[in-house]
Amino acid sequence: MGNLLTIRDLRLEAGPPRAPKVILEGLDLDLDRGEVLGLVGESGAGKSSAGLAAMGFTRDGVRIAGGGIQFDGIDLARASQGQLRRLHGRRIAYVAQSAAASFNPAHRLIDQFAEGPLLHGTADAGAARDDARALYRQMQLPNPDQIGFRYPHEVSGGQLQRAMTAMAMACRPDLIIFDEPTTALDVTTQIEVLGAMRDITERYGTAAIYITHDLAVVSQMADRITVMRHGREVETQPTQRMLEAPEEPYTRSLWAVRGIQKPAATGSAPPLLTLEGASAQYRGFKALDGIDLALAKGRTTAVVGESGSGKSTLAKVIAGLMAPSEGRVLWEGAPLAGHHGKRDKRQLRDIQMIYQMADTALNPRHTVRETLERPVGFFTGLRGAARRARVRELMELIELDPEEFLDRRIPELSGGQKQRIGIARALAAEPRFIICDEVTSALDQIVAEGILKLLIRLQEELGLSYMFITHDLATVEAIADEVVVMKDGQIIEAGARAQIFEAPRQAYTRRLLASVPQMDAGWLDRARRDAAEAKSLEAAG
Amino acid sequence: MTVLRSAPPTAIFGLLVLSATLLLGLFAPLVAPYGETEIVGAEYLPWSAAHPLGTDNLGRDMLSRMIYGARNTVGLALLTTGIAFSIGAALGMFAALKGGWVDQALSRMVDVVMAVPPLILALMLLAIIGPSIPNMVGVIAVIYLAPVFRLSRAAAMNVVALDFIGAAQLRGEGTLWLLRREILPNISSTLVAEAGLRFCFVFLFIAALSFLGIGIQPPTADWGSMVKENATLITFGDVTPLIPAGAIALLTVSINFIVDWMLHRASGLKS
Repeated sequence: MGNLLTIRDLRLEAGPPRAPKVILEGLDLDLDRGEVLGLVGESGAGKSSAGLAAMGFTRDGVRIAGGGIQFDGIDLARASQGQLRRLHGRRIAYVAQSAAASFNPAHRLIDQFAEGPLLHGTADAGAARDDARALYRQMQLPNPDQIGFRYPHEVSGGQLQRAMTAMAMACRPDLIIFDEPTTALDVTTQIEVLGAMRDITERYGTAAIYITHDLAVVSQMADRITVMRHGREVETQPTQRMLEAPEEPYTRSLWAVRGIQKPAATGSAPPLLTLEGASAQYRGFKALDGIDLALAKGRTTAVVGESGSGKSTLAKVIAGLMAPSEGRVLWEGAPLAGHHGKRDKRQLRDIQMIYQMADTALNPRHTVRETLERPVGFFTGLRGAARRARVRELMELIELDPEEFLDRRIPELSGGQKQRIGIARALAAEPRFIICDEVTSALDQIVAEGILKLLIRLQEELGLSYMFITHDLATVEAIADEVVVMKDGQIIEAGARAQIFEAPRQAYTRRLLASVPQMDAGWLDRARRDAAEAKSLEAAG
Repeated sequence: MTVLRSAPPTAIFGLLVLSATLLLGLFAPLVAPYGETEIVGAEYLPWSAAHPLGTDNLGRDMLSRMIYGARNTVGLALLTTGIAFSIGAALGMFAALKGGWVDQALSRMVDVVMAVPPLILALMLLAIIGPSIPNMVGVIAVIYLAPVFRLSRAAAMNVVALDFIGAAQLRGEGTLWLLRREILPNISSTLVAEAGLRFCFVFLFIAALSFLGIGIQPPTADWGSMVKENATLITFGDVTPLIPAGAIALLTVSINFIVDWMLHRASGLKS
């Protein structure tokens, strides 16, 4: 074991030496040649720091305080900058989460590909270009001979991530670190990228460390999985064993996240909000095209689709941030003004929104108290003690301790806590309908599960209706009563959750469903096969 | 107090000089040995016990005029900067929030002001409306309003794009609330840092206008005109006229120290 990479008792620290903040403690990792190790954990678990440490690299202000990192007989913890420079790119490569941010936008893909081989002297310019084309082909990029001559902004996110992987393979490294490479991609794109990454590492026998928070994804890629928490290793097992019989309670709790499911709604509910032939456009581009939709009272309607399918525009039209160019929006049968400025206060109260990025949805200069007191006072007219009592009540609704949190500023909260405050702010208006725009997509699975459970409970207690916009089908399965599938600004399929998940009528819906990562090891192969079939079906019909 | 303890020595020096100047200016009649325009002896008397900095071209006590000068020059600079900032920042945020033609109209007007060199614009405007203290304050405030507008507009644009502004608008909040409670707190550190810097410019501008004879009018004491009044002495190798010039320099440097420190704090308390 560990004949390529051996990390022993690694300790990383940040901050002042007298009172250090421990990033990693007592970490042991072993990696054989050609082996793929998955590192799983919530954000802040130290998995990215561990991945970078495997390259002998630490982030600014972080230092290696103990332990050793042996890479093929070289001690990376004590290697000089020069030694590391010769290794990086040549023998150890790194694929970052955001390929768009990692490419230099001013140079063509193939020129950036050639930088590594030229620098390390493994190929001349001509050979590097030929190799780039070969690797682009192996990564199943469309038009592999020409795509390298494009600039990063001219190709899609999934293609860029594959070009990045091809670039990392340029010097045929012994080890690649993948740091959440598919987190920013749509599920359907993710399959193609994962498949291509797995093929290429297998083909060249490259060892890899695959960092992610998504267990289903890592179970497709890794031979062994290490679960991390608070900078420590929780459990390491071969993938199959980890999936079937995790030992630690924490690991089991990670597995259980996908278990929540809201009981199915019974009977029919009258429509609360109706769209009739609603279209919307940005400077001539039709983002919404003749939407007819009825959102039932007390139910959760999930709107699903890839990015660019028009689901966020739909939310904007309903909220009144964007006026429909054609058609209209009805609230309990009465037409709603297109622009929020023309809606009355009762209508503004009834429709509230929870945003994807709680970071930008809350004013960072306000305290939690200020954030909540204003909408409470504004909408309900409560003052003084009554308003304070209502704010505390809201805090209890979202399960945050008022004593502890009311006087904190927004930046002092964690991602999940911020999202809870975002929910409390929406609840402050005592709304009847809440638009949830990708509310869990910026959060870890465990935190996201807490938010979803909270939303389900609030719906039961307060009789709220939700429109839940998401690209994550696991979330849909957990929370939705009705599902609406969108593509290119149109609704292509709508129905009850059970019907959509069990008997989807459209090929596109089937492909979307098949793209959701599953926890069994054979999923990726099946999904790739199905996706290819579904695509040819869509093309045919 | 904890804030002050973390301040670097340069900032503490700056704060000391600034507060000393402000105190001297505030209590000028109590501190100054003679009156502001009182003729106490012969012209250009050398430094002595009775007149620590000698007398000026009309035989007025130099030290007393320095002290009164602090009051006039610094006080007017503060007033002018205050006016330029309150109007400029408010308009800038308003333009960023409203966008569209409001933004276009305000921005183009500001562009016109910025297109003319400030000194020439000030000379021209003061020549038209006549040199007096209220006129000078008004003209300089209008000139310095332009860059403040641009800065506050640019800073506010970044804030306006964030979701919490959308959330407040969806709630039905009025423009005043959006400007004061949602945008201003997020750009105030930038504005405060800029205000320190602008204060220096305004201060130097007033001194320059006074030196040119269209700023603060005689016999009012002011550091800029004091350099001019006593400039003859330089030919005799006397350093006295350099004292008001030195005071201007010292105050400018001090304020810059404070501003640097504030900018550093505003950029996020990192190392």
